[in-house]
Amino acid sequence: MKSVNPPPFATRLLHWFYASPQAEELEGDLDELFQQRVREVGLKQARWRYVRDVVSLLRPSLMKRKEKRYSKPTHTTMLRNYLTIAWRNLRKNTAYSFINIGGLAVGMTVAMLIGLWIYDEVSFNQYHPNYDRIAQVMQHGTFNGKVDSQVANPGVLGPEIRAKYGPTFKYVVQASWPGSYILSLGDNHVSKEGIYFEPDGPVMLGLRMRQGTYSGLKDPYSIMLSESVAKSLFGTQNPLGKTLKVGRKYAVKVTGVYEDLPYNTSFRNVKVIMPWALWLIDNPWAKTMRNPWGSNFSQTFAQVADHITMEEASGRIKNVKLANVSKEEARYNWVVFLHPMRKWELYSEFKNGVNTGGQIKYVWLFGIIGIFVLVLACINFMNLATARSEKRAKEVGIRKAVGSVRSQLINQFFAESYLVVSLAFLVAVLLVLVLLPPFNEIADKKIEFLWAHPQFWLMSLAFIGMTGLLAGSYPAFYLSSFQPLSVLKGTFRVGKWAAIPRKALVVLQFTVSIVLIIGTIIVYQQIQHAKNRPIGYNRNGLVTMGVEKEISDHFDAFRAELKSAGAIEELAVSNSPLTGVWNTNGGFDWAGKDPNLAVDFPNANVTYEWGKTVGWKVKQGRDFSREFATDSSAFIINEAMKQFLGFKNPVGKILKWDNKPYTIIGVVSDIMAESPFYPVRPSLYHITGSDYQGNMVLRLHAAKSPNQSIALIEQIWRKYVPNVPFQYEFVHQQYGAKFKSEERIGTLSAYFAVLAIFISCLGIFGMASFVAEQRTKEIGIRKVLGASVINLWQLLTKDFAVLVLVACVIASPIAWYYLTDWLREYDYRVTISWWVFVVAAAGALLITLITVSFQSIKAALVNPVKSLRSE
Amino acid sequence: MKGTYLGEFEEVVLLAVAIRSGDAYGAAVVSEIEQQMGRSVNLGAVHSALNRLQEKGLVSSEMGGRTTERGGRRKRLYAVTAYGRRALDEMRQLRNQMWDTIPRTVWS
Repeated sequence: MKSVNPPPFATRLLHWFYASPQAEELEGDLDELFQQRVREVGLKQARWRYVRDVVSLLRPSLMKRKEKRYSKPTHTTMLRNYLTIAWRNLRKNTAYSFINIGGLAVGMTVAMLIGLWIYDEVSFNQYHPNYDRIAQVMQHGTFNGKVDSQVANPGVLGPEIRAKYGPTFKYVVQASWPGSYILSLGDNHVSKEGIYFEPDGPVMLGLRMRQGTYSGLKDPYSIMLSESVAKSLFGTQNPLGKTLKVGRKYAVKVTGVYEDLPYNTSFRNVKVIMPWALWLIDNPWAKTMRNPWGSNFSQTFAQVADHITMEEASGRIKNVKLANVSKEEARYNWVVFLHPMRKWELYSEFKNGVNTGGQIKYVWLFGIIGIFVLVLACINFMNLATARSEKRAKEVGIRKAVGSVRSQLINQFFAESYLVVSLAFLVAVLLVLVLLPPFNEIADKKIEFLWAHPQFWLMSLAFIGMTGLLAGSYPAFYLSSFQPLSVLKGTFRVGKWAAIPRKALVVLQFTVSIVLIIGTIIVYQQIQHAKNRPIGYNRNGLVTMGVEKEISDHFDAFRAELKSAGAIEELAVSNSPLTGVWNTNGGFDWAGKDPNLAVDFPNANVTYEWGKTVGWKVKQGRDFSREFATDSSAFIINEAMKQFLGFKNPVGKILKWDNKPYTIIGVVSDIMAESPFYPVRPSLYHITGSDYQGNMVLRLHAAKSPNQSIALIEQIWRKYVPNVPFQYEFVHQQYGAKFKSEERIGTLSAYFAVLAIFISCLGIFGMASFVAEQRTKEIGIRKVLGASVINLWQLLTKDFAVLVLVACVIASPIAWYYLTDWLREYDYRVTISWWVFVVAAAGALLITLITVSFQSIKAALVNPVKSLRSE
Repeated sequence: MKGTYLGEFEEVVLLAVAIRSGDAYGAAVVSEIEQQMGRSVNLGAVHSALNRLQEKGLVSSEMGGRTTERGGRRKRLYAVTAYGRRALDEMRQLRNQMWDTIPRTVWS
């Protein structure tokens, strides 16, 4: 039969210009007329008329006809629909939603806290308006072929730079070390941290003056107070022009009050500022010393001139010290350079004259951990979404059959993921607000939530965008690609391969978690290793405090009174504390010394009872004794020194110090004064003169409780020193502070490890519940056929256990590599032992089994009648 | 004001809709006019006239249900509104009135 069809090109033409409902109507009319005409006037004529009709229909007035009866979906209505559906989906699967939102929220919280921490670190010192142009003047010196870098400078360095390189710098400020000073207002004595600056200090730092001007340090007898100190001393009174006493010696006039420096600045502890001129008055030796370039006892800060770069300025001053030192000193090849303020916090370490970094490595470390934890949370989302895909495949099939376009499905899934991400973000903000105080405590920070920073909110938006995209992309693109026909017919099966990426992601999650567990264990081991190191003295029951002038004047009476009261067993004074080295000297000589060897030994002058008080162990020779008058020119050396000197029996040997001979009378155990992660330096001890200065150490009486003894000491001390705050510290606490930065890393990585595990477990919990649900029928049948609960438990748990074991295998070498790298920085380090890896693996496995078992046992216990009844 | 004036073709289309009332759609109107007037009209002209009539409120329209006719394609069914009916009445009265006022002598 001959076909009686209208010309197809005309029909196509119609469809080009008309949307479907209108085209349908018009085509119907055309077709009907065509059929009619075929009957009446013949095919050819009918075709011709058909074309004419089509052409006549192509008129603009018809095309622009608005069809009110068809709802015209706009983007917002679809969006509303997406969100409604997403919300219903969340409500329907509460457990699943909880896992998703909770996991993501925890991940985001961690990422946000770390982000805030990094922001704080990176913005360190930015409070100072001249942040980019300020630098600390430092020097490299070469000793025995090794370059050491130090901040300590001669007191004449600042004035010299100012005189010779004036135009290069805007300000040059010589400064003291920050220290604790007693301020007295009448009978009110307080101890405050302060520093001595040359007059340009305040203007260089751009302090925000509350009262007075930047020029407040011109007069040597003046002082500038921070707002908090001014308040605590003067209350509501106007402090300007009032007179205070510093160190119970110098009357100074308050010339300014400045806003307290925020916690993320290097000078945060500087609560009072005094003129450098006053320091010179208090330390007259600094001016009268024979060789002012040979002694490094102060700091120098500078602000480079506006048109000069930091590097250029640094290059110009490099020989400023070398040009002034003696020939003897010149062989250390002193190079003066600028360390910019920008780098003080994050790049504070120097190795062999090169700025190698410092805190920045923790910024990287925690940054990476933060990203990883966030990725773990996103993985949960992706995994759960794809795991549920079989369930939602039907939904996708029906939606497609009803007419959803793929892009609508993609939008639907993205709407769901963005809803979850936004909710998680809200929860995370709340969590961050709750967790900031304890986090600040651990991290030793004063971080605040950045409510008012547009950058923060932009970052958060970007963050939500990224996370939503990351978490939603897989389900959106994967699920929406299902073929409706196969899905609805039931022939659709998510094949073997579909589970592979899911498994890979679980392995990734656990790899990260296990690396963190191993890391935490080893950091703690390293701390414990260093803590267990012999310290050379007995730190328990030891108390340390400063020596006031009154005590120094009546030292023997004070000591006798304390002993007779039974408060202490012994007490002694040294110019260096037990837990630090305040004094190192060169100028030593001995028989057989290589003339080119440069030496710099920590040394302390002590009273006779020092050894007895701290409880050091005499290995050779004897301790100092009042019975030998010659002990005033005797040395006691430590074992490291004995090794350094290379004497088999050093007792009785002569050691010259500035050409004065000293006899070595004893060798004692190495006392751990500096970092417990590094070897003890060769050190020596000698008897102090009659002027007792520095630190007093008291051995409390073992029979009394420390509190009783301290109360007694204070009572007796007050008799001698009536008006000064009584301050003391336990040596074991001081010693414990040496581990602070390592312990901080340990604590933080422990928390992060716990959170990573938590998130991974949430994910695996969701997966297990899903698998159990999916296999309900299978379990029922197996049970009917006689499988025991144990069998079923094995069946459901095995898969996950295998994944965790794979993760262990991957994680171990990674952890080993990075931790070996970390430990390499410590001279005294723990060896990584195999059992750490076993413990971490076993721990991860155990946690996984517990998590999964909860679901699998529940599934295995279900009565098969129930699971098989339906269908 | 729109709607006060009815063109000749519009009037014809409106009448065709009235004739076919209950089953007045594009193709039906076309064949009705062709049958009644013996002249061929374009579908496009009819549709645009229907369109204008609807804008003027003389007809209303509604999509019909699916039937087995026309390959299952739906049709838009038009109906004369009360206002359309009045317009037709007025038109007719006007014509009658004019006829009545023609002097008899003219034709004889």
